[in-house]
Amino acid sequence: MRLSRRAQALLRFAVGAALAFIYFPLVVIFIYAFNSSKILAWPPPSLTTEWFSKAFENEAAREAFFTSIKAGIAATAIALVLGTLASLAVARHRFFGRETISFLVILPIALPGIVTGVAISNTFTQVLNVPLSLFTVIVGHATFCIVVVYNNAVARLRRLSGSYEEASADLGAHTWQTFRYVTFPGMKSALIAGGLLAFALSFDEIIVTNFTIGAGEQTLPIWIFSNLFRPHELPIVNAVAVLTILISIIPVYLAHRLGGEDAAAPGRGGGGGVETEATAVP
Amino acid sequence: MRSRYGNPARTAWLVLAGLVVFMLVLAGCGSSSSDTTGGGSSEEALQKLGKGEGEVSLISWAGYVEPEWSKPFEQKTGCKVNNKVAGTSDEMVKLMSSGQYDGVSASGNATARLVAAGYVSPVNTDLVPNYKTVFSDLKDQPYNTFEGVNYGIPHGRGANLLMWNGNDVKPAPTSWNVTMDPKVAAKYKGKISQYDDPMSIAEAAVYLKAHETSLGIENPYELNEEQFNAAVELLKEQQPNVGEYWGEAAKQISGFANGDNTVGTTWQYQYFALKEEGVPVAASPAKQGFLPEEGATGWSDTWMIAKNAQHPNCMYEWMNWIIEPKVNAEVAEYFGEAPAQEKACEETKNPNFCAEYHAEEPDFWKRVYYWETPLADCGNGEEDCMDYNDWVKAWTSIKG
Amino acid sequence: MASEAVLERRSVGHRLAGLFQGRRRLQVGALLAGPVGWLVIGYLGSLAILLITAFWSVDPLSGLVVKNYTLENFETLFNEPVYREIVWRTVRTALLVTITDAIIAFPIAFYMAKVASRRGKALLVVGILLPLWSSYLVKVYAWRTILSSDGMLHWLLNPIGLDTPGYGMTAVWLVFSYLWLPYMILPIYAGLERIPDSLISASEDLGASPFTTFRRVILPLSFPAVVAGSIFTFSLTLGDYITPRLVSNEQFIGNVIFNNIANNQPLAAALALVPIVVMIAYLLVARKLGAFEHV
Repeated sequence: MRLSRRAQALLRFAVGAALAFIYFPLVVIFIYAFNSSKILAWPPPSLTTEWFSKAFENEAAREAFFTSIKAGIAATAIALVLGTLASLAVARHRFFGRETISFLVILPIALPGIVTGVAISNTFTQVLNVPLSLFTVIVGHATFCIVVVYNNAVARLRRLSGSYEEASADLGAHTWQTFRYVTFPGMKSALIAGGLLAFALSFDEIIVTNFTIGAGEQTLPIWIFSNLFRPHELPIVNAVAVLTILISIIPVYLAHRLGGEDAAAPGRGGGGGVETEATAVP
Repeated sequence: MRSRYGNPARTAWLVLAGLVVFMLVLAGCGSSSSDTTGGGSSEEALQKLGKGEGEVSLISWAGYVEPEWSKPFEQKTGCKVNNKVAGTSDEMVKLMSSGQYDGVSASGNATARLVAAGYVSPVNTDLVPNYKTVFSDLKDQPYNTFEGVNYGIPHGRGANLLMWNGNDVKPAPTSWNVTMDPKVAAKYKGKISQYDDPMSIAEAAVYLKAHETSLGIENPYELNEEQFNAAVELLKEQQPNVGEYWGEAAKQISGFANGDNTVGTTWQYQYFALKEEGVPVAASPAKQGFLPEEGATGWSDTWMIAKNAQHPNCMYEWMNWIIEPKVNAEVAEYFGEAPAQEKACEETKNPNFCAEYHAEEPDFWKRVYYWETPLADCGNGEEDCMDYNDWVKAWTSIKG
Repeated sequence: MASEAVLERRSVGHRLAGLFQGRRRLQVGALLAGPVGWLVIGYLGSLAILLITAFWSVDPLSGLVVKNYTLENFETLFNEPVYREIVWRTVRTALLVTITDAIIAFPIAFYMAKVASRRGKALLVVGILLPLWSSYLVKVYAWRTILSSDGMLHWLLNPIGLDTPGYGMTAVWLVFSYLWLPYMILPIYAGLERIPDSLISASEDLGASPFTTFRRVILPLSFPAVVAGSIFTFSLTLGDYITPRLVSNEQFIGNVIFNNIANNQPLAAALALVPIVVMIAYLLVARKLGAFEHV
């Protein structure tokens, strides 16, 4: 698209301003993670790296981190299975209520977290008599993570022609073989991108987790919440946040790389590829 | 074009919808919630102490469960302490309702509710040796004993403090008017820090008891409609001046520390924490009993044990430990409250501690109105007082 | 001989898969049983059990739900003006945040989709996704310190005579707009990407100025994507209670639900119906506008 010099400059300015807005609090967090004083006055009197070593030594933080990882993996796995199943049904078949599925799947993430959290918690403790634990947390997380996987998978399936699957069936493959050798490889990168986003959602979730977690365990957001206002622990919280961002560069980069491999999408105009789907529904 | 697959799929959806409706009906008729309207717990107290279960999950106020005394407890009994700090009694009741915790340090505005809801069991004080030497005016009180049955072990008691930043609030206030009188409070507009809980209505009632005697307020928790509306009105006038409603102790600490708040209601925990950070806070002095001239609301807290607690033996060990003379002394001095254990007074680092905190003076505590659960039953034969639901609804209206 | 070679034994899995062959209804049923069971019976069922308590009442002392049917909770919500104010405040903020984010997001999404080089695009996508991994709580708390009366904004603006807005509705609007911005950028970017460059070239060839091309080609085509993004900015603001608590004294719908869930679950459930109804209506409109293809 041809833009005038002035329009181009304006656009660049808008982009720069938006990026500055996005990163400015992160820079503040970054600086505070090195702040030597516990009271968060500005500007910080001096810098230190002690909070990072304290963060590594903090047993509660470490346990919370691994608990979050465990919950994230389990929730993502469930969401992958359920999301894929639903997407296959919607994209490859026609049936009564097909449009409703998209609606249904998005509800857990569109309705307020507190409502989802309390509803699930009540059902477990009062109706099913199941005590709250990491299991109930995983159930809660999986419920709202389904939509992320589902949307990516449906978007991908819509671009992959169903004729490949029909050809496979004609050649004698049964349903599972068709899925394994034809459908799944085509969907794989979309599922990985969706899975990574689902993991990110679960890893940072606080509201539903607050209502569904048991007494003895903490996920990382729960640990952060309990320490957020305690002046002695806050610097460690900032250090933990910085570490989380740095560690997360790996999965985010991975998601993008997977997109790069699959950029060829003829007829759709422009690139897009998996990034288009990786961006579908945070 | 009608899909060939229409009808069976439609049937499937109908069946699903029917299942959901069926679940609703079940919920409506089922026994998932109790239909009782009050009444004590029928659960028996533990008869014999057994081996520790290795773990105990507690809900407590900030500063009540600290490593200084929880770590030695873990070493001595082998019971690992999981502690959840709650900011309000409502939060404590909600947490207890999940059945995930073994015990809670409940104030008077939670104890009656916990008992009525059946979330706690009576306590067999014979299994708590240190209970014998607890102050007698803490035993068998209406907030820890229900229908003659003991439901908890006293932890300690104190009054809510009026705290201010010595640099910003001059002269030093001697009355609650600095936060409650709209004219005076306007001087500190946007800097007032008020407790985010319906119990603040009782604070307004304490103020009105002294300054608006025509209302005839006796007990700030037993308010008829007229008295209640006056208190609510006062707080509505306070609202534009409030900088922050604090629901967590640590939130208030950060508010005073960065200068966003300069005066308000607090607990000793925050006061001492801020002093340690070097913030120039001050509160009503010891010679005034730490009380402004109208008196103050306060609390007398009780450790209660959950019904069907998963770790009852560890919980009893904890309840005995927290009123161990040395421990209760540590607890009281750390937080800044009067200990529950008589013998703790010999163990405090400051030899005058108990005297300063009036631990041994029952008369002093008549000016401190412990948190209580407001009930429709006014206690004097009248039944038209406002109950806790009214208080909660009013609090929502006050905050706007 | 040949006939023996043909009669191979088929594995159990093979036979099971064969069961589904050609039987589309069975396939669909098997595919949907898991997800739909989970969502309808598990999730919707749980919601229904919670929401039905809106029609019950509560014992004031114990806080336990009493199962006699009544409309008193709805009466409270209608009669007390404070609840209407809170709902309106929440919806108003959600709309404001959505519009703000749409305005900020569009230029950067456009740049990413149509102007940036391949490498620039990749960098920007990673750059937008990365903040989603930093903890929500830490971000909000960082804003709390930035906005405080001697925080970073005060330090920045004081020399030029301005000051931090402090805590309050402005702070809530700022923080919500900040938090949900990536959720708006990404769907718009995806939607703009799908607009073929050839359409834009054609518009220019036909003599349209860039602005006209934007107004009459790009905007209409990307509008469903904007609506898709708005689903998140709107719903996340509608239900959140942590941000209002941390950077203001204002009560939002989520705060009142949170405060009442312990001792007056029926009232909380009744109030919870409001954002649920609002969101379902919003989703239905969004679906009509085609947003579900872009979500």
